[in-house]
Amino acid sequence: MRQNMTSPFSITRRALLAGMAVLPAFGFATSPLQAQEVATAVANTTGLAVTDDTVKVGILHSITGTMAISETGSVEAEKLAIEQINASGGVLGRKIEFIQEDGGSDWPTFAEKAKKLLVEDKTAAIFGCWTSASRKAVLPVFEQYNGMLYYPTFYEGLEESPNVIYTGQEATQQIIAGIDWVVREKGAKSFYLLGSDYIWPRTANKIARKHIEKLGLKVSGEEYYPLGHTQFNSVINKIKLKKPDVIYAIVVGGSNVAFYKQLKAAGIDMSKEKPLLLTISVTEDEVLGIGGENIAGAYASMKYFESLPNDNNKAFVSSFKGMWGDDSVIGDVTQAAYLGPWLWKAAVEKAGSFDIDKIREASPGIELTTAPEGYVRIHENHHLWSRTRIGHARTDGQFDVIYETEDLIEPNPFPEGYQ
Amino acid sequence: MSPALFLFRKREWIYFAILAFILAVVFPTVFDNFRLNLIGKYLTYAFVALGLVLCWGYGGILSLGQGIFFGLGGYCMAMFLKLESSTPEATAIQSTPGIPDFMDWNQLTSLPFWWEPFHSFTFTLFAIIAVPVALAFIISVAMFKRRVGGVYFAIITQAIAAILTILIIGQQGYTGGVNGITDLRTLLGWDIRSDNARYVFYFTCVALLLGSLILAQLVRVSKFGRLLIAMRDKEDRVRFSGYDVANFKIFIFCLAAAFSAIGGAMFTLQVGFMSPSFVGIVPSIEMVIFCAVGGRLSIFGAIYGALLVNAAKSTLSESFPELWLFAMGGLFIAVVMVFPEGVAGLFRQHIEPLVIRGLSIFRIGKVRKPRPAAE
Amino acid sequence: MIGDYTYTEFTSILAMQGFSGLTLFSVFVLMALGLAIIFGQMGVINMAHGEFMILGAYMTYLCSHFFSEYLPSLFSIYFFFAMILAFAASFLLGMLVEWGLIRFLYRRPLDTLLATWGVSLILQQVYRSVFGAREVGVTLPDWLMGSIALTDIIEIPINGLFVMGLTFLITIGVYLAMFRSKWGKSMRAVVQNRTMAGAVGINTKMVDRLTFGLGCGIAGIAGSAFTMIGSTGPTAGQLYIVDTFLIVVFGGAGSLIGTIASAFTISQAQSTIEFFLSGSMAKVLTLLTVVGILMLRPQGLFTLKIRR
Repeated sequence: MRQNMTSPFSITRRALLAGMAVLPAFGFATSPLQAQEVATAVANTTGLAVTDDTVKVGILHSITGTMAISETGSVEAEKLAIEQINASGGVLGRKIEFIQEDGGSDWPTFAEKAKKLLVEDKTAAIFGCWTSASRKAVLPVFEQYNGMLYYPTFYEGLEESPNVIYTGQEATQQIIAGIDWVVREKGAKSFYLLGSDYIWPRTANKIARKHIEKLGLKVSGEEYYPLGHTQFNSVINKIKLKKPDVIYAIVVGGSNVAFYKQLKAAGIDMSKEKPLLLTISVTEDEVLGIGGENIAGAYASMKYFESLPNDNNKAFVSSFKGMWGDDSVIGDVTQAAYLGPWLWKAAVEKAGSFDIDKIREASPGIELTTAPEGYVRIHENHHLWSRTRIGHARTDGQFDVIYETEDLIEPNPFPEGYQ
Repeated sequence: MSPALFLFRKREWIYFAILAFILAVVFPTVFDNFRLNLIGKYLTYAFVALGLVLCWGYGGILSLGQGIFFGLGGYCMAMFLKLESSTPEATAIQSTPGIPDFMDWNQLTSLPFWWEPFHSFTFTLFAIIAVPVALAFIISVAMFKRRVGGVYFAIITQAIAAILTILIIGQQGYTGGVNGITDLRTLLGWDIRSDNARYVFYFTCVALLLGSLILAQLVRVSKFGRLLIAMRDKEDRVRFSGYDVANFKIFIFCLAAAFSAIGGAMFTLQVGFMSPSFVGIVPSIEMVIFCAVGGRLSIFGAIYGALLVNAAKSTLSESFPELWLFAMGGLFIAVVMVFPEGVAGLFRQHIEPLVIRGLSIFRIGKVRKPRPAAE
Repeated sequence: MIGDYTYTEFTSILAMQGFSGLTLFSVFVLMALGLAIIFGQMGVINMAHGEFMILGAYMTYLCSHFFSEYLPSLFSIYFFFAMILAFAASFLLGMLVEWGLIRFLYRRPLDTLLATWGVSLILQQVYRSVFGAREVGVTLPDWLMGSIALTDIIEIPINGLFVMGLTFLITIGVYLAMFRSKWGKSMRAVVQNRTMAGAVGINTKMVDRLTFGLGCGIAGIAGSAFTMIGSTGPTAGQLYIVDTFLIVVFGGAGSLIGTIASAFTISQAQSTIEFFLSGSMAKVLTLLTVVGILMLRPQGLFTLKIRR
């Protein structure tokens, strides 16, 4: 199997390096499996929208509403991946056609559109969703109509659906390595946990608290503010009084901007690292709104940063900017979204079939050596083995990657002892 | 004249029959199960719009918080369904089996006492109406007895919607937080996600809606309905005539809350989950627009309005996502500037005269003078 | 020792919380002042108030870009130009909205509510199309960031001081405009008796338009100031609308002093509760208290008289 996998990917990798413009020149002659090699009747026994030369997939994100800000990057990454796959010969020799639907930042709309994509359009795979709420809303639909969702966001875990491949990190992957690092390298002894008030920050902080307490260290405060809250002066005062070594911040959305601006204005200079700020919710995307100068000096712990200095990533960044403009930035979730179509392609070609059941069976063990983040592999629990990295925020809105875990971290959505 | 005929005028019987025919016969034959389920969802908003016609169009009370009651009704239903699907066997992997999964994730080790009664279906049916109505009663007694109305009432209801949203999101161990109560499977052992169930829910929804429509009409043609209009236009005169205006307002607001709650419960059944995103400020104002587009004075219009706006939202946001907000914004402006009586007003102006003429040709009914404009 | 804290720490808490409360107070006053004029004087519910603030914020964003591109030497004072531009833009747009929409709806307050909600949706989409869906970051001159350290615990944020100063100036300005200027006289005359005001030769339509424009213009300045402490995105305006309305209603519509008093009460209450409780619950408690009091005393804290 492994051999089967490497050959297509070395090609795509070259194609990636070559950038979008010259892509069509490569690929076709050496495409791994042509359509005629796997007849449609064999590759598609469940009536999906697969013909001899095309296959339909769905993209389901919010284009409108409050979540559009965050989800745009994912849409762009998924379209890029699809275009690159098509340029390198498609999936099982079939070109991918995508149908894009707008979830409108509204959870029932997500469910409704997911159902449309599965029932009416018969799409073979769906790349989409961003918030946990939207994923929870579409989940019953995917389970009922047996679809496959590639979900890109880092999230709280506590889920393991046979109908979802989680291409972002679940909470323990992201959190534990980061806390270990800050304890080891910075000698942190006390933490102030802060978050927006919803499930991901609460679950993440719960895991963080358990881990901190296991290490025999102190949590000096834990607090949540409603989504969209813009006044953080009181909590900043509390932080100043409690003098924690680390502010562990999981603030999201517009609140993020207010929080970091007020933190800076209150005289907490992050570059002095007293206290040090560690976040798991700020990617390059969020920095655009916060402003690089307001967050410079903070640390972020996640699996991907745009500045990752490997060849896969350089090629990915240049293709992405080639397609979506030099001003675009790539955050952790955008990269995870980019993995979706590639992981699906790998699974389809391993299974030799578009059938959801066969893809599900084929998925565990699928690996990508060409991922911008480096090497990833799908675990039996449908999450990815991945490295966690620490980025140090610069004033220009990028992060310096100053640490990465040596080994791939095992995804563990139902962590024993952390619940 | 029989009481039934008294309820609607002949012409209105025809409209009622047409509506019933469209909902119960045309839609189910024309649309597949998927579309029909969507329409069922739209119809749940029609309940809210119907309530708003009574309380806003007739009573002059604009509530920007109908999402509260829609949400509470929906949550009551969702709590029952969630408990049913959280059997100890289904939740065996949890640290505490037998409680809803989100409680387990939030370290709750036993079911909160106020969830207990929702094991009973009878209690749930009762609570779906009683809880929202009780809240509506408290709000309206406090406000109307002190003669607060108009924009103040609108703003306060809006604030309450905001508070309730923050509360539901913040208390995620008890409410499921921002994700809401999801993954609902069965109702009394019967799979609510099957195509079959969706048909049944659709027809239940239609039946309930037509029932509510008749109830609303009953209110409208009664003496009480006339008092409402009088009250809206000259509250003081009604008060001077010896009526307790506040009680009427309280009643009509509670009735509207009850309609919304039924809509919410049907919504949960058809969509399969409930979340705080249907409680807050934005959905609550959108519900007003369903009513305004249909015509704030027309109980039939409310239903067509809810259907039209939602269908437009689905199609427009599918093909031109950027245009949707423009269209929605334009709609808000248009219904106050251009056609304040909504679709129903346009119908009354342009089509109804033809209908009346048609009727008189066939001698089905005598041509009557149109009722006063306030209708 | 008081609780977990030493005596010096405790006094520092009081000082800093007091200052946070004052900052919040200034923010609330800035948000509510424009609305108080529009709602209090004209009886118009402007649901697009938040979007007018965001217009000011976007103007500041444009200004910061313009200055850093073309006039880098003046960058340190661009903020003053930005505020003027923010005021002008919101003022003009406000007048336009009044001319195109509001003037037809003066007798129908509930309808203005719906129509301005429509305006707010349209504005949101315009911002999204022009500036993109993502939030934009506004670069501030260095002197506006940072803080003055009084003791090793107490630090006073400079932007907080700036917002306070600005609020003070604007409040004085509004007071002078309303009670000392010719326009103010006309405006109060129109509010009190439109027909009579018209009869003595006041151009009531123009007064309405200017009043609405002024309210929106102040919102623009507020938005400009908020770029220092909050986010600038297409939907950010919606975050403020409920709070703002509650402040105005709580203060008693029509009373400027009432608005200021209510902003003070709510901000101090919220910032105190926030210190002792977690953030979300503090918000719920404050809102509930305000709503509760409003139910008991619907006319608000201060009231001229209830007009219908």
